[in-house]
Amino acid sequence: MKGMTKMKFRGVAALSAVALAALTACGSGSPAGGGGEITVGLAISTLDNPYFVALKEGAEKAAAELGVKLTVVDAQNDATNQINQVQTFTTQGVKAIIINPVDSKQAAPAAKAAENANIPLVAVDRSVDGGKVVSEVASDNVQGGTLAAIELGRAASGEVVHLQGIPGASAARDRGQGFEQGLNSGGIKVVASQPADFNRAKGLDVMTNLLQANPGIKGVFADNDEMALGAIKALGDRAGKDVAVVGFDGTPDGLKAVEDGTMAATIAQQPDVLGRKAVEQAVKAARGEAVQEVVDVEVKVVTKKNVAEFKK
Amino acid sequence: MTTVASRKNVKVLSDNGALAGLLVLVVALSLLAPSFLTTQNLLNVGVQAAVVAVLAFGSTFVIVSGGIDLSVGSVAALSAMVGAWSSAEAGLPGPVALLLGLGTGVVAGLVNGALVSYGKLPAFIATLAMLSVARGLTLVVSQGSPTTTPDVVSFLGSNLTPYLPVPLLVMLVFFGITGFVLSRTYSGRAMYAIGGNEEAARLSGIDVRRQKLVIYALSGLFAAVAGMLLAGRLSSAGPQAAVGYELDAIAAVVIGGASLSGGVGRATGTLVGALVLAVLRNGLNQLQVSPFWQQVVIGAVIALAVLLDTLRRRTR
Repeated sequence: MKGMTKMKFRGVAALSAVALAALTACGSGSPAGGGGEITVGLAISTLDNPYFVALKEGAEKAAAELGVKLTVVDAQNDATNQINQVQTFTTQGVKAIIINPVDSKQAAPAAKAAENANIPLVAVDRSVDGGKVVSEVASDNVQGGTLAAIELGRAASGEVVHLQGIPGASAARDRGQGFEQGLNSGGIKVVASQPADFNRAKGLDVMTNLLQANPGIKGVFADNDEMALGAIKALGDRAGKDVAVVGFDGTPDGLKAVEDGTMAATIAQQPDVLGRKAVEQAVKAARGEAVQEVVDVEVKVVTKKNVAEFKK
Repeated sequence: MTTVASRKNVKVLSDNGALAGLLVLVVALSLLAPSFLTTQNLLNVGVQAAVVAVLAFGSTFVIVSGGIDLSVGSVAALSAMVGAWSSAEAGLPGPVALLLGLGTGVVAGLVNGALVSYGKLPAFIATLAMLSVARGLTLVVSQGSPTTTPDVVSFLGSNLTPYLPVPLLVMLVFFGITGFVLSRTYSGRAMYAIGGNEEAARLSGIDVRRQKLVIYALSGLFAAVAGMLLAGRLSSAGPQAAVGYELDAIAAVVIGGASLSGGVGRATGTLVGALVLAVLRNGLNQLQVSPFWQQVVIGAVIALAVLLDTLRRRTR
């Protein structure tokens, strides 16, 4: 019996050693040592979306330029996971933490963990409800939704449908709210609002189904470009001809659709700028310099006229 | 004559609880949503069912043999991404890229099978690990961005004629293959035998470990085909494609009357199960049910469908 336990223990120990070695080999950032070097932790909501990948890349570039070390963790859209990751940061000796909350309303415990450890916290892209942050770097989703409604009103008149993001997600709430606020100004009327979970395949299916019930629609607003691209697939030849589609985010594929004329407009956020500004503020906070409490990164309406400025 | 025919119909329905459920749904939706019962919409439902149906056909093999495959959604995404990447980034010809993608599915399935049969891992854990690894590899290959698919893959998502969508044809072909494998091949009979009683199957001379390799490889291949269909419909393979589809596939198989403890399950049942899910989602959109309620309704219908089937069996 005793031998068994020992053997088992040895097995586990060997496995842990292998895992540790593998982690050290894979990890880019070693724990922040002395030598005055600053490490900043970036807790990102998901890397399963080109938008957040761009945000991460913007942050990495800024970190390289400023000569600080950036450790990135991905919460895979799980709010609990993210809280754990931020807690882990607090024990790793990072000098500032940037959080891109999975959900604004569920990020307060993460903020608390940073506060308890006396580490400045910067929120990027989404806010932290009920938690203390030194700086909030975001683009205004409500305003973006309103701009989308105005743009759709310009490109179409008559019945439109709204493809919503994941029910209850803050970006879906804010964009939808802004969209509804902007409706008064134009000659468009929403005849159907259905969720397609920010997903391209679901955008295609939901749009196909809505077209059956509402064949005469003239416009579509989708809470993100992925769903808008799915809707364009469902519309086929009608997209850009007698149905105007407006998306949100300005992803590479979205911009390409605007250029091709199948998407009337998209509301471009600038994820790389968001990432860059967040790192700048975090580094300032880590160095004890003054930080800007709110950094507004502009959202921009992208149409065929100005799409070239956004394509890289 | 008519009474004999109607009696026969009643028997077909009572033999297949899921089919009865599907018919109830179709009748209800036809009454509630005027645009539901149109040729175009029914074709749409077929196309929308195709991806989950093909995934579920692969899962039928696994579930009949008493296993489970949680990795099919991730494997579908990885296979499609490998196919798209091989053509768009590595510049390989479309058909070669397609084969590489399908091969990726088979390899993932073989790894699952080897972990289950030779590694003695519970299927739940082996395929849960693959769910994570395959999704991660999809991100690694794609660098987080959607990738354009080659023409041959996009063809899988197109229409031959306005009334002949390719995904529907692929679904029917794989329906046929599944039925054939289950009822007419050695491996098919081995699946029922292993699912019924693994020890008895081994003692009767079935090479259980080898058959498990075949079973999980088939599931991986079917997942790859489903991934290609999904990517083909969008002309693009996405890193976040098919997240959570494994649960839809398992639901379709179980709604279709298969038992999660193995030994029971048929291709027709699985097809009906996939159609139930597709009809339901289509109908919820057309009726404009609130997004907050849709998930409640879907869950309730899944539970009801399986409950009806269980009750029917018990009263016999």
